[in-house]
Amino acid sequence: MSHYDVLVVGAGHAGCEAAAAAARMGARVGLVTLRADDPGTLSCNPAVGGIGKGHLVCEIEALGGIMGRITDQARLQSRILNRSKGPAVHGPRAQVDRQRYRAATVAQLAQWPKLDILITAAMSLICKGDHVIGIVTTTGELFAKAVVLTTGTFLGGVMHEGDQRAAGGRVGAAASNLGDGLRALGLPVERLKTGTPARLDARTIDWGRLEWQAGDIDRPQFGRAAASETPTLPCAITRTTPETHRVIRENLQKSALFGGHIASVGPRYCPSIEDKVVRFGDRDGHQIFLEPEGYDDITVYPNGLSTSLPLAVQEQFIATIPGLERAQILRPGYAIEYDHVDPRALDPTLQCLARPGLFLAGQINGTTGYEEAAAQGLVAGANAAAQAFDRPPLTIDRATAYIGVMVDDLTTHGVSEPYRMFTSRAEYRLRLRTDNAGERLTPLAIARGLVGSADAARFILDQSQRTTARALLDRLTATPAKLNALGLHTRQDGVVRTAFEWLRFPMMTREAALWVWPELSAVAPSHFASLVVDAGYAHYLDRQEADIASFRRDEGLTLDPTMNFIGIPGLSHEMADRLARAQPTTLGAASRVAGITPAALMALLPFTRKAAA
Amino acid sequence: MRSDTIAALASGPPPAAVSVIRLSGPAALSSLAALTGGPAPPPRRLSLRTLRDPRDATPLDNALVVAFPGPGTASGEDLVELHLHGGVAVVSGVLAALTALPGVRLALPGEFTRRAFTNGRMDLAQVEGIADLVAAETAGQRRSAMALAGGALSRSADSWRSRCLDILAEAEAGLDFAEDEADVASRIDEAARDQLLTLVAELQALIADAARGQRLRNGLTITVTGPPNVGKSSLVNMLTNSDAAIVTPIAGTTRDPIEVPIDLDGVAAVLIDTAGLRDTEDAIEAEGIRRARLRAAAADLVIHLVDHWPAEHPDGGILVVNKIDLGDYAPSTDGSVHFVSATRGDGIRALRRWLADWAVSAIRPTEPPLLTHARHRDAFIDAAAALSDAAATDDFVLRAEGLRHAAHAFGRIAGRVGVDDVLDRIFSRFCIGK
Repeated sequence: MSHYDVLVVGAGHAGCEAAAAAARMGARVGLVTLRADDPGTLSCNPAVGGIGKGHLVCEIEALGGIMGRITDQARLQSRILNRSKGPAVHGPRAQVDRQRYRAATVAQLAQWPKLDILITAAMSLICKGDHVIGIVTTTGELFAKAVVLTTGTFLGGVMHEGDQRAAGGRVGAAASNLGDGLRALGLPVERLKTGTPARLDARTIDWGRLEWQAGDIDRPQFGRAAASETPTLPCAITRTTPETHRVIRENLQKSALFGGHIASVGPRYCPSIEDKVVRFGDRDGHQIFLEPEGYDDITVYPNGLSTSLPLAVQEQFIATIPGLERAQILRPGYAIEYDHVDPRALDPTLQCLARPGLFLAGQINGTTGYEEAAAQGLVAGANAAAQAFDRPPLTIDRATAYIGVMVDDLTTHGVSEPYRMFTSRAEYRLRLRTDNAGERLTPLAIARGLVGSADAARFILDQSQRTTARALLDRLTATPAKLNALGLHTRQDGVVRTAFEWLRFPMMTREAALWVWPELSAVAPSHFASLVVDAGYAHYLDRQEADIASFRRDEGLTLDPTMNFIGIPGLSHEMADRLARAQPTTLGAASRVAGITPAALMALLPFTRKAAA
Repeated sequence: MRSDTIAALASGPPPAAVSVIRLSGPAALSSLAALTGGPAPPPRRLSLRTLRDPRDATPLDNALVVAFPGPGTASGEDLVELHLHGGVAVVSGVLAALTALPGVRLALPGEFTRRAFTNGRMDLAQVEGIADLVAAETAGQRRSAMALAGGALSRSADSWRSRCLDILAEAEAGLDFAEDEADVASRIDEAARDQLLTLVAELQALIADAARGQRLRNGLTITVTGPPNVGKSSLVNMLTNSDAAIVTPIAGTTRDPIEVPIDLDGVAAVLIDTAGLRDTEDAIEAEGIRRARLRAAAADLVIHLVDHWPAEHPDGGILVVNKIDLGDYAPSTDGSVHFVSATRGDGIRALRRWLADWAVSAIRPTEPPLLTHARHRDAFIDAAAALSDAAATDDFVLRAEGLRHAAHAFGRIAGRVGVDDVLDRIFSRFCIGK
């Protein structure tokens, strides 16, 4: 029998990030997983980041997390998506080497001596009253002050390939029965589905005929530590053909999705190829990205071909795609159905409202994606440790980070399909950028003990340099006439502007600025770039500050987390019902529960308390 | 915990032929039973009952009573109306008997409407419409208040909001799916910009019309100016059938501007009698003349009054020649010069007719304007500015930002977002019982 501060069940992206966060805070952590090589497994595509998702990775990095630095070490190539669309929606993304990703994850976890990886299977939870105090495993009981469940698709997982089905959370990995235990605890358990494409043999693809896509030359990275500098590997792009669509249409009834074997809801934005063919019947082709899985790996991931058709049909339609005519399938694609918990049963620390000591993170909360899982893992792991040590919780609001947006969406709205991060979910998008993630989150991470002293010192130095740079930009000025004399043509409106104000103008590149104000050579290029964005958005950011102040005012009015909404005067049954399901902990959160009227909020007002600052 | 039941006099102050007391809340129906002592009347039917004080069975009145079981009522709760004989003692006796019942208390100002709002029977703009309806003095004001209370503005704002959200959805899709998922085509293009510019143009037309809406709601202002002692106060009194302005033969009698309301064919207006314009040593009169000039400058119409003919026609406004009974002119109105006698009344009817035609053509009271409140107009101006920014920018993120801001502004009209102190201002405008 062992005692830990924090037990984490599952070593996927949520589990590893949870274990690492708790370990950084000094907790004794047990990371329970089925197999020794589970940590850092990329079960779907070999890429990390993207639009919205890249923001999450940068925020994890700013909170001292491990996903960004692991990705940097395992990268095959990296790019900034949406480069043409404005800095607020730039999405850093990296293709990674699966083996290296796993190795780098294990190396990260090995740096904390008090973190044990326990190879066993969790069977059920141990409770004392309402409190969760441990788990029963196939090899005995484990006790902890807090338990984090990050079981991914393994809860009641059923894999579908055509009309074939098998229990399991991933090919070659058994499903877990823990879901029944959660139901027995009274947690609301529902089902979702997701899917994955067939994996192809790189040696059987006709690469010469395909368009290639390389990474960005400047090799963007998430963290500040040294990244892999091994040569980059490109992806290739191909398209489905009318013939592909014909084969799929003729075999639709054999698909687990359309044959009626799967009833659960899948993600609309990551549809299977049969979904795309049915829903976008007018399109004669869909783009397919062929992503290499590693330097020493012949496996290729055909992104965009997720399917639950039988193997024979998969072989048939893949052969209709240019470049894949002779492609060999290494592993067929399949769809998977799994249990998840309605995340409205959680508070903003990702702890179950009704089961203190139990934290949930990742796909178990109805999300999809490595990055979403890791970000929740960090929040759950840090809060589990905070609870074990009786320290203040780590809560991040919507105005601070995409992580805050996601946690708030999950715990107040719940999910109706697998939840993925989008930039459009963030109302303060102009503020929540990858270039200022540290500024937004690292001070909080330092306060909670999530960042080591060396990193903290570097951050503080970096911030003071940024502050100095901003002060310098505010002090230096120029007239349009002076700029004109220096060869920078602008409207001669006679207005003297500060260097910061001039940064808003497109002609004011870094080179131009250094030409006008040589003093600016003291400003680091990264700070300069970030301040250019601030200058461009200044007008909007000022306006958002007022919105954020009012948002925070409502967030500061707290509601009793065990409040019974039924019977509050002036609150209709419908409103009370919606609120009871979401169990919001602040007036602001209540305002975001779907369908809640201003009148209902007024009725709640007398029941709020001002949070201690 | 349950809410109180509220009671209040809903009609004007007694004595009156009939006074109506309203009750709303969970104890409304039981309170009615307590006062009638008999079976409940059929729902939504007026019934004659004798009301007695439950404390000592003293008869209070023979009254028509009606019960409206909730939630399909004006307040969204059980609602009762007692139609009493309108005596002071009857009303106070019934209210005293009611408020002695457990859970019943007197209503606060605006509380009935507040409950209707709380229970989702009305949105914010409709509540404002009800307030306007209660305050409406002319047919035009009534029409525009009814449109507002009936949800015309709320529906319109919702439809603007949903047009913004439609464009926004396209813009957001372009931002969130642009490159890595090429199957979702980026649709941000010039078409979106054209749509935005169309929206802005439509909004600007509405905003331009808002001035009319505010004049309809607040009334037109007509200033009467002219030299001292030409009979400005007499004219104001004659036009409004009142003796609000003091009339003496002494020049300089009127010092402060005097405002007298006038109903011009359903359009509310205020006639402003000002100090006579002349050079004076009197500091008080000089201040009055300064104010008169200010009022004239801000007025919708200026009546320049003189007492001789021919006279120089002033710039702007109309020329009225008074005292035709003393001179040798016939009353006439040719549109630019009006001849009247403010003491005998000659030509007054024709002048009033002309003013009414002018008011109706300026305000068009039969076509209720959409924007009658500064709060609504400001939200539309805010939205138009944000949309115009969105059309102007090349940064798609900022375009989306503008659309979000505009959608938010439209949401504020019906109170679909946020809670703020605007609510208290709105509710404080109601009298008890409404």
